[in-house]
Amino acid sequence: MAATADQIRDKLVAEIGAVHVEVEDTSSNRCAASFKVLVVSPQFEGKPLLQRHRMVNNCLAAELKDIHAFEQKTLTPEQWEKHKAQ
Amino acid sequence: CAVSGEKNLAEIVKKNKVVVFMKGTPAQPMCGFSNAVVQILRMHGVDNYASYNVLEDQELRQGVKAFSNWPTIPQVFFNGEFVGGCDILLQMHQNGDLVEELQKLGIRS
Repeated sequence: MAATADQIRDKLVAEIGAVHVEVEDTSSNRCAASFKVLVVSPQFEGKPLLQRHRMVNNCLAAELKDIHAFEQKTLTPEQWEKHKAQ
Repeated sequence: CAVSGEKNLAEIVKKNKVVVFMKGTPAQPMCGFSNAVVQILRMHGVDNYASYNVLEDQELRQGVKAFSNWPTIPQVFFNGEFVGGCDILLQMHQNGDLVEELQKLGIRS
């Protein structure tokens, strides 16, 4: 079963304590299920980019099997504030 | 030729300073994300890197995902170390980390 944006959001909130999630379904631009996510979580604090992305990948491992393309941006709440201010 | 065993992959990624697993070739990328990686490397003057086309080898395509424990293509390796996919390379390009990492490899961008 293909993943939905809501499923992805719920999982990220439950499993990696995301305080803000934006999920964009980009499937229409491509040939199969595709998503672009922005994840803000205090659990990213002090972790390098690769490790943050691995956390997201692990969290969504089951969904990723059926997802064709997956883009992600991982921010700490502090980085998110800065990002919004821009 | 079968290059997909984990042992072989460990050797492949160490053979060149920069190794990219992608869809298509640098001259003809077959996917926007792979193209993005090619363009970023080009912008930094990285031209002689090793690239492997996963579309030509299904075993390699699955093998590299298992090897790096990363679910998507493209995948970039510096000095045998997994760096990340397209999003990570793009963010490293934007925040200046990429210039630093390339300098460590002896490549000036």
